[in-house]
Amino acid sequence: MADTEFDLIVIGAGPGGYVAAIRAAQLGMKAAVVEREHLGGICLNWGCIPTKALLRSAEIAHYIQHAKDYGITVNGTVTLDTAAIVKRSRGVAGQLSAGVKGLLKKNKVTVIDGTATLKGKGRLDVKAKDGQTTNYGAKHIIIATGARARVLPGLEPDGKLVWTYREAMVPETMPKSLLVIGTGAIGVEFASFYRTMGAEVTLVEVLDRILPVEDEEISALAAKAFTKQGIKIKTSAKVVKLDRHADSVTAHIEVGGKVEQVTVDRVISAVGITGNVENIGLENTKVKVERGHIVTDKYLRTDEPGVYAIGDVCGAPWLAHKASHEGVLCVEKIAGVPGVHPMDVRNIPGCTYSMPQVASVGLTEAKAKAAGHEVRVGRFPFIGNGKAIALGEPEGLVKTVFDAKTGELLGAHMIGAEVTELIQGYTVAKTMETTEAELMHTIFPHPTLSEMMHESVLAAFGRAIHY
Amino acid sequence: MPIEILMPALSPTMTEGKLSKWVKKEGDAVKSGDVIAEIETDKATMEVEAVDEGTLGKILVAEGSEGVAVNTPIAVILEEGEDASAIGTPKAAPTPREGASGPADAAVAPKPGETATGPVGGASPSLPQAAEPAARPAAQTSGDRVFASPLARRMAEQSGLDLSGIAGSGPNGRVVKADIEAALKGGAAKPAPKAAAPAAAPAAAPAAAPKGIDAKVLADKLGMKYQVLPNTGMRKTIAKRLTEAWQTIPHFGLTVDVEIDRLLALRSELNERSGEKISVNDFVVKAVAVALRRFPAANVSWHEDGILQYEDVDVSVAVATDGGLITPIVKRADQKGLSTLSAEVKELARKAKDGKLKPEEFQGGTFSVSNLGMFGIKGFTSIINPPQACILSVGAGEKRPVVKGDALAIATVMTLTLTVDHRAVDGAVGAQYLKLLKGLLEDPITLML
Repeated sequence: MADTEFDLIVIGAGPGGYVAAIRAAQLGMKAAVVEREHLGGICLNWGCIPTKALLRSAEIAHYIQHAKDYGITVNGTVTLDTAAIVKRSRGVAGQLSAGVKGLLKKNKVTVIDGTATLKGKGRLDVKAKDGQTTNYGAKHIIIATGARARVLPGLEPDGKLVWTYREAMVPETMPKSLLVIGTGAIGVEFASFYRTMGAEVTLVEVLDRILPVEDEEISALAAKAFTKQGIKIKTSAKVVKLDRHADSVTAHIEVGGKVEQVTVDRVISAVGITGNVENIGLENTKVKVERGHIVTDKYLRTDEPGVYAIGDVCGAPWLAHKASHEGVLCVEKIAGVPGVHPMDVRNIPGCTYSMPQVASVGLTEAKAKAAGHEVRVGRFPFIGNGKAIALGEPEGLVKTVFDAKTGELLGAHMIGAEVTELIQGYTVAKTMETTEAELMHTIFPHPTLSEMMHESVLAAFGRAIHY
Repeated sequence: MPIEILMPALSPTMTEGKLSKWVKKEGDAVKSGDVIAEIETDKATMEVEAVDEGTLGKILVAEGSEGVAVNTPIAVILEEGEDASAIGTPKAAPTPREGASGPADAAVAPKPGETATGPVGGASPSLPQAAEPAARPAAQTSGDRVFASPLARRMAEQSGLDLSGIAGSGPNGRVVKADIEAALKGGAAKPAPKAAAPAAAPAAAPAAAPKGIDAKVLADKLGMKYQVLPNTGMRKTIAKRLTEAWQTIPHFGLTVDVEIDRLLALRSELNERSGEKISVNDFVVKAVAVALRRFPAANVSWHEDGILQYEDVDVSVAVATDGGLITPIVKRADQKGLSTLSAEVKELARKAKDGKLKPEEFQGGTFSVSNLGMFGIKGFTSIINPPQACILSVGAGEKRPVVKGDALAIATVMTLTLTVDHRAVDGAVGAQYLKLLKGLLEDPITLML
């Protein structure tokens, strides 16, 4: 008979759950992870990774379409094979999911297939696909069940005409026109992908700007770039009704008191996500849920002793790396590892992999001011960077926000080529609490895009060299 | 154009100091040679004199500021016809110039014992880097360090907090922003003394940094009542130097009793004739010096490259002051007559007590003498005064029973303990030196030879 008693069981094998389980095993705990569908969770199977694969195809298409700019003539037609692109994306996800399986095995984490329900007092039932239920016990249970797309009344996804990220990731054919509701990272990435693939794309945002969590300047630059690519953007706009036809949808969009009608082949609803808190037996515990997410303290402990929650299920920002980090710190706190620190939300970087890319960490200029900081702002445009010009990527900006008094790096905001790979430099700096002095003192390699990060810091103090 | 006055290096090794007092106020006229401020280093207080003429336009570093790095602009002098508007506003954000103390580094400085570099308070023309902000306190000095994030370091400087008194909550006990914020809210550490705007945070750390049990943490935990007496630059230096000496130098003591009846008789006679007041200690210093001249193996310092055997005999004499211990130097003491030597020791002690010793007056001795006889201390063992290899501890001269021949007699006896750095001076070498010294003190007429 299989072992049913563990030191720690994680419910959900997404980037929060499987990382937590591996860390627990490293610390000598007997650990298990329960997964109802795919190891790696949404991130790996239906989120971060497969979308990056799709966007890479779009990027290659973009390069080929613009090959002439680089002195290369492409003869013959360029065909975007939707099926092949999707197939590649699924292959990437599959490969990585298998990788997670291997990692769990290597670390001697038991994988339990099925759906878990908390039973209270350190017990839980797992119902396997064949309907058989097994009872398990653990001193510590981590809920890492993730989240799913939020559904707004009237905009309910139907899987055919109105998609969530899941359908949007595996289109059978390329829609000629598309409406994307919501301009967070998910909405913007799909808009960028489908536009590059040739679809007419309309982006709708209820707030007054796209990418509303980003710095206002970055939002404006993104809107400008997308508009130039032919994406139609409607801000302060609300989709009030969807008329679903046989193979198209007419959206009624309220903008400035007037309702416009837009008819498109498909709609993607990307209006946020909500935690997977249902049907996991929370009613058998003291675990508290507020606005669709589990309430935890700074060490991810719920109100039920021995029960923890990490990742999307316990709230924003809904990012894989935030979930992983929470998993590690939650487990280390359980194990009594010395020097465990709560996570600082201001040090979590965020990335959007559209063309152009957007990346940021920390406070926006507006938020820094609202928090009472007197700020110094540095800006450095891509046009002033040699590598950017050589790459043929002259559009973009690196913006830094410092506290004028202490020199603390409060935030960094970037838009342009490869910025998602650059943001980590500022994240390290922020986490280590460097001031402008250390950043100025750092030697950045030439010629790289990263030099702009240096220049932006210099610019904040009136010392930029190349602009 | 306005002339910046930079924090002077009062000694070859000085990297930072305390701006203890402004003698001139903003708006005061100054001419060359005027004392405009007083600077306190770890060992002494010195006056800063103006080199240029004009008006003290702006004071950039407040009185009482500690840890002001050498070459930091401390004030601006306006020349005739200029007004304050000519002073460029210092940029709010300091730029990284860790090397600010560079010119004062020992490596490029003159040999210890020579006069300190440059005119004190020499105002330099406005070099480009001189236009940079004032409030960048000292670069870190070597030795122990408090681990703190750059941001925490700067916030501590800005708020006058002493980092060494703050418990770090970051990785490996690193002091981070949150710790400073907590401290400012009245948590862990109390602000350093008033007006200490840019506190000498890094320099404050050494020695004081508790290894093992932290007195403050324990006292707070147990609710013990106490008062925090701020550490002066001198106190910090004593703590750092002696901790370093105790921990890094293998040293041991050699004790010998010396009969000084003949010395006392000679002293009385000399004092009667000259009307001077030559002390027993003056004789000891003289004898120590003469013995070193005759036996140079004790006039040394340990060095990896080879033991330094000094050509001159410069005796450091420990002087207790209100601020702590300092060791002014009687240079070439072997060549000085008792009268000259005595007058010099008195003068040095007075200056030490007034905090007016010049760096060259307390830096660079070759052998130390510490005398606690006046307090009735019978005998004691001093800690090595690095880089010197020997220090002599002198106890009280007192009448004690001694055995002479086979009979008990009374003699005035003084106990001497020589602490030696075993790396440079072996036991037998120390013993030989003591034997020589004992001979000189017991038969003081031989000092004249």
